[in-house]
Amino acid sequence: MRLACLAVLLSFCAPLAGAFEIEESRQYPANGSVTLRILSTADADVFEPIIEAFQDQNPAIAITYDVASSAQVMTALYEEGAQYDLAISSAMDLQTKLANDGLAQTYVSDATGLLPGWAKWRDQIFAFTQEPAVLVLNAQAFTGLAPPKNREDLIALLRDHADVFDGRIGTYDVRVSGLGYLFATQDSRNTESFWRLTEVMGRLNTRLYCCSGDMITDVARGELVLAYNVLGSYARSRLADTPGLLVVEMDDFVSVMLRSALIPKTAKAPGEAGLMIDFLAGMNTRPALAEETGLPPVAPSTKEDESVIRPIRLGPGLLVFLDTMRRETFLRSWTSSIEQE
Amino acid sequence: MSAAGSPGSIRRRLVGQLALVAALLSVAFFFSLRVVAERATEATQDNILAASATSIADAVYSDAGEIRVEIPYSALSMLGTVSEDRVFYRVIVDGRTLTGYDDLPVPEGRARARGPAFATYGYRDDTFRAVVVTRALSAANQARRVQVVVAQTRLGLAAISSRITTIATAIGVAFFLVATALSAFAAQNALSPLNRLAEAVARRGPKDLRPVTAETPTELAPLVGGLNGFIARLGSALTRSEDLIVEAAHRVRTPLATVRTQAEVVHLQMEKPENRAALRQMIRAVDESSRSAGQLLDHAMVTLRSDQLETEEIDPAELLRDAIHRLSPTAELKDIAINLHLPDTPLRVQGDPILLQNAVRNILDNAIKYSPADTDITVRLTPGSPCRLHFCDQGRGFEAQDIARLPDRFSRGSNVEDVVGSGLGLTIVQDVARAHGGTLEIAQNPKGEGACVSLVLPSY
Repeated sequence: MRLACLAVLLSFCAPLAGAFEIEESRQYPANGSVTLRILSTADADVFEPIIEAFQDQNPAIAITYDVASSAQVMTALYEEGAQYDLAISSAMDLQTKLANDGLAQTYVSDATGLLPGWAKWRDQIFAFTQEPAVLVLNAQAFTGLAPPKNREDLIALLRDHADVFDGRIGTYDVRVSGLGYLFATQDSRNTESFWRLTEVMGRLNTRLYCCSGDMITDVARGELVLAYNVLGSYARSRLADTPGLLVVEMDDFVSVMLRSALIPKTAKAPGEAGLMIDFLAGMNTRPALAEETGLPPVAPSTKEDESVIRPIRLGPGLLVFLDTMRRETFLRSWTSSIEQE
Repeated sequence: MSAAGSPGSIRRRLVGQLALVAALLSVAFFFSLRVVAERATEATQDNILAASATSIADAVYSDAGEIRVEIPYSALSMLGTVSEDRVFYRVIVDGRTLTGYDDLPVPEGRARARGPAFATYGYRDDTFRAVVVTRALSAANQARRVQVVVAQTRLGLAAISSRITTIATAIGVAFFLVATALSAFAAQNALSPLNRLAEAVARRGPKDLRPVTAETPTELAPLVGGLNGFIARLGSALTRSEDLIVEAAHRVRTPLATVRTQAEVVHLQMEKPENRAALRQMIRAVDESSRSAGQLLDHAMVTLRSDQLETEEIDPAELLRDAIHRLSPTAELKDIAINLHLPDTPLRVQGDPILLQNAVRNILDNAIKYSPADTDITVRLTPGSPCRLHFCDQGRGFEAQDIARLPDRFSRGSNVEDVVGSGLGLTIVQDVARAHGGTLEIAQNPKGEGACVSLVLPSY
């Protein structure tokens, strides 16, 4: 009883210090009185150029930029009702659930009107980047081997050269990473090869990672020969300073994650959040900024379902893999495939 | 719209009533189209919802006595293909939620034996259309009842509905406009015989008393029949009165001539001056009556011939010469000289010679009558189109206030009470001029004393 009182008191005194975990928090002060509070899954370093460019345009808006994992973003907004003005996340499924369950605000402007239809949902979720899942190879370790073109190739390659790849493959731990789970479920939906590939990777003692960055680092260092389902945007931004790194886009299909923003119901500065959404939606008009952040902006020319480059479709379909029972079943199958000892 | 008492315009009434009917039909069409289309879209949403719920129900399986469900990707993604509606689902086994949204209400609609049941309800600040599909499953030798509820907001439905409303409105308005335009056209068409008849009647000259022969629809036949009967009666009444005048004039003139002759004979035999004066007065009265009778006769004749003008080519110069020749004895009695000025070029006028002769004679007669002795009368023929027959005397002329009314029947100048006259002379001239498409112009003589009269006739 006394504990409960204390908890209530705490949540009153420090509503910002919820139970969800914030990895990093940066303040960008301004001379105005409004503060735009952003909760995001993107690294603060990656996002900083965008915030600075935004503040050049809107010098009166101060910004608080909190970084959290996609699961923590969901916890903060879905369960704890944390007060943020903008939620930016790579977990499209969780963003969809927030909008579907009525925790997002509708926003319409000229800039969002210019976004292609597949890059927004219900005028509540607005995608501003399209980031493909790719295969990252260590070129040195691959000498004498032809880089695989598609998943069938990859399966054959792994089977035929178990000695090269044993213990030197990396992929997301889909139990930990929301993005990894999104890519894996889309793979399972798009190809029959996915489960066989997972089996093969399991037999080769695949190492599991939380984040794309770590995988790329390990491939660059030669600890890994290849990493599967790595964020292409991160990999490409590392190509320049990392020789011997190869990025391969599969030619059977490429899942493209859309990083998106939404205004939570609890937002106190929805107008300023709208300005930020307009700014993000117009990223394709600022190639320099896209270059600096390494975030490929949404290109209106990309067509849905017309090529192997497939933007993951926003909509109720994404809710399927969030179903607790479906998730449980999927993770059980995946775990039994990837951990074979 | 005209008031109930006044008939107003038939066409406007016809168009108005047809437009009203068209408007009613448009509105009825609008509502029926909306109802039908919305039923159809609602049925479509219901079907998709049922398909989604059924595919989830089909994915329920029992695994080692435990009921599980693997929701197919398509079950929810199919709901997002058409619209961006919110979607909720719930799988219930024997009344306990297996997965999905715990608080999602189960539709209680009148379910058919084994079919899906639908309901519309409010949930999470929105209106939802929901379906429940029930399935029996056996697990661990136990019959289990599985219910799958899928609910979707009606955003897409609202969008389709507003599109249907827009289309239905557009079609309704277009239908109304086309129907109104067509009814205006139809009214115009239906009334055109009436307009033709009205025109045919309006086009007639003031003295045209022929029966109306324009083509008439059956509905107008009684009207035209009545009109023609009326015209015929009017015509015969006019003819009768003209006949009467002619008859009367004839009957009066002949005995008057006898009376005059006898009076003159007696006058010569009278010796007492008072008796001679009385007789002179009597002769003068007889002259007046005789002249009036003559002019009445002339007038009746002019009216008659004007109605059925029989024209031929006439040389106006010849006309003038002839008239002057006939009247010169009378002029010479008063020592009046008639000067005729003719152009070098020959002229032709289309006209009735008897009428024109009559008109010229009346003008000259007037001129001689009102001219004092020993004066000149100038007659001039001016060529051109129209040509002018111009007569000027040196008599007392016209009073300015009389000029406009002089051509009226029995109207005489205010300065001529001492001269015998009927007031018909200029009326006859005017009637003749009109019958020939010409005019009569009367004015003061611009060269001092006297009157000028012009008969203007079309020539070629």
